[in-house]
Amino acid sequence: MAVTVTEAAARHINKYLEKRGKGVGVRLGVKTSGCSGMAYKLEYADDLSAEDVVFESQGVKVLIDPKSLAYLDGTELDFVREGLKEGFTFNNPNAKNECGCGESFNI
Amino acid sequence: MVLLQLSEPGESPDPHQHRLAVGIDLGTTNSLVATLRHAVPECLPDVDGRVLLPSVVRYHRDASTAVGVDALAAQVADPRNTVASVKRLMGRGLADADAGMRARYDLVDAGGMVRINTVAGLRTPVEVSSEILQVLRQRAEDTLGGEVEGAVITVPAYFDDAQRQATKDAARLAGLNVLRLLNEPTAAAIAYGLDKSAEGIYAVFDLGGGTFDFSVLQLSRGVFEVKATSGDSALGGDDFDEALSNYLQEKARGADLDCGSARALLVEARRVKEALTSHDSVAAEVPMAADGTRQIMVTAEEFHHLTQPLIERTLQPVKKALRDAGLKPSDIQAVVLVGGATRMPHLRRAVEAFFGRPPFIDIDPDKVVAIGAAIQANVLVGNRQEGEDWLLLDVIPLSLGLETMGGLTEKVIPRNSTIPIAKAQDFTTFKDGQTAMAIHVVQGERELVQDCRSLARFELRGIPPMPAGGARIRVTFQVDADGLLSVSAREQTTGVEASIAVKPSYGLSDEEITQMLQAGYQHASTDMHLRALREQCVDAERLLEATRQALNEDAHLLNAAELAHVEQNMTALQALVQSADTAAIKAGVDALSAATGEFAARRMDQAIRKALTGNRVDNLPI
Repeated sequence: MAVTVTEAAARHINKYLEKRGKGVGVRLGVKTSGCSGMAYKLEYADDLSAEDVVFESQGVKVLIDPKSLAYLDGTELDFVREGLKEGFTFNNPNAKNECGCGESFNI
Repeated sequence: MVLLQLSEPGESPDPHQHRLAVGIDLGTTNSLVATLRHAVPECLPDVDGRVLLPSVVRYHRDASTAVGVDALAAQVADPRNTVASVKRLMGRGLADADAGMRARYDLVDAGGMVRINTVAGLRTPVEVSSEILQVLRQRAEDTLGGEVEGAVITVPAYFDDAQRQATKDAARLAGLNVLRLLNEPTAAAIAYGLDKSAEGIYAVFDLGGGTFDFSVLQLSRGVFEVKATSGDSALGGDDFDEALSNYLQEKARGADLDCGSARALLVEARRVKEALTSHDSVAAEVPMAADGTRQIMVTAEEFHHLTQPLIERTLQPVKKALRDAGLKPSDIQAVVLVGGATRMPHLRRAVEAFFGRPPFIDIDPDKVVAIGAAIQANVLVGNRQEGEDWLLLDVIPLSLGLETMGGLTEKVIPRNSTIPIAKAQDFTTFKDGQTAMAIHVVQGERELVQDCRSLARFELRGIPPMPAGGARIRVTFQVDADGLLSVSAREQTTGVEASIAVKPSYGLSDEEITQMLQAGYQHASTDMHLRALREQCVDAERLLEATRQALNEDAHLLNAAELAHVEQNMTALQALVQSADTAAIKAGVDALSAATGEFAARRMDQAIRKALTGNRVDNLPI
């Protein structure tokens, strides 16, 4: 089981962690939203919980709770730029279909 | 596609729930827009990477406009129609417009308010400002990929009601919802987090391109009050450029400069001034009237000596403000520097010497006001609870949620949420004409209700009969500071409501909570598959129910063979629902959907025919 980040994502995560001034890495997760469908969580991680699974990719610590990992295994976190817009995307091999905007998905 | 942002722990927004809020520094010389990206405040650049938008608007004959750098470039060629420093005219009548603005533009009095006569017609200062705000709003929306929900716009502390109202009007005209107008010095203090520091007295020293403002703020219980303001509306970084430019001209001993090279010299003086911030000496290229340029070395010391009188001039209003507030320099707990001109090292030294403490300089002085406004906007739009940083709160040990179709749990409040907390979610009916809904409140991390702890059950009755999915039932979970959970359900159209209160932690020991958590982790993978299966079953049931309903009403639209085909697919799906094969059920659902496609089309036709029969075309509600 693994979750990875691209070089571009790592660069931005490190930049923002530095700007924010604290945090050990990022926490990825999923949460159910609405009657069916999942939404991604992407947050700063300030401390490690006992049950967290930790991956190290491109020098970035990625923390995931085991429940979310079931949905995210094999995911690659990327950072993309479209015109003035920029932000993170999840390339999740488990996701069967996504809503039009890519904010929520189904297994 | 939406690109995700990093959030603070526990603050990931729900999908489609991002509330975009911006802070705008609408300045005399330059304007900026800032927002929180990845939970960090940032000024947003344009496509060319420029953060500062020159506050200049040029009007063309065809009423089109250019804003920013392009307008600034046209200032020399088309001065009358290129409006700069419009902030000086906001909320002002012709009588109180300053002499400089009157000399530069064709100002007209219209109903007590000043208007600017341009090639595109009369324009109010409000309209000119709104052109600038529109560009910033567009920049924010292009960058963030959504509509801006609200904006905090900064104004000088000395702005009166008319000037503030004019600023609000400009924002509204630009399609911005103004959350609040914020005093510029207060915004700068917020950018440094001073609102979360100890109560006390702070000073903001703001030396911009053409104006100087000094403010004394008093912080009590997280709120800033402006104790005193003073300044000089004709003193700024430009005066330092001019002093240096005169000096260079003298040193070059050239003949009188023509208009064009005087401007070029001013631009060069500005470059030298900026370079002297980090260098001890800089070579200036002075344009000569005859031809070519002449190189003149300028040392930092020379520049400092040359501009010392200007520095002294900034300290006069500072002393006055302190005197007005009855304070000594040592009473000030921190001094914040704002404005590009405060980068000059000798100015910083003068401020430090006066107050006896080094000023705050960590945040870019050009951006600090916009950043403070962005932080405030983010709080006001509800993305962040004010005060959460220093309040120590309890957390919920296990997620709280309710049962949805198929025996699945829907978590409404996730575990580790700080209390007190309230969260609402909308649910709907599953069947046509459904008039009641059972609400089953559960606690735990597992996906299936049977694996979670049941806390309470209650029913919402009196839902008006509607097609399945038509009702909007808002279920609100609220946990108070004592950990007491109350759940209420309210049908939105009729307002019928039912509720219940429970104590979720009642009867649970720490070990039991730990056990429930661990079970959640151990069964993560099975739970995931079970959830997918149950969701597919719910889908299948919904389709079967709808088909049954349709056959009841309109079976006559199908011939015997077609009817048999539909029924055969229904029976097949019915059997599959009992199996535990998610993929097979999905295939069955797809097959039944395909088999009923033609049936659905005929029903639609029939419904339209019914609606049209006996109606004249002009009676139809179109």
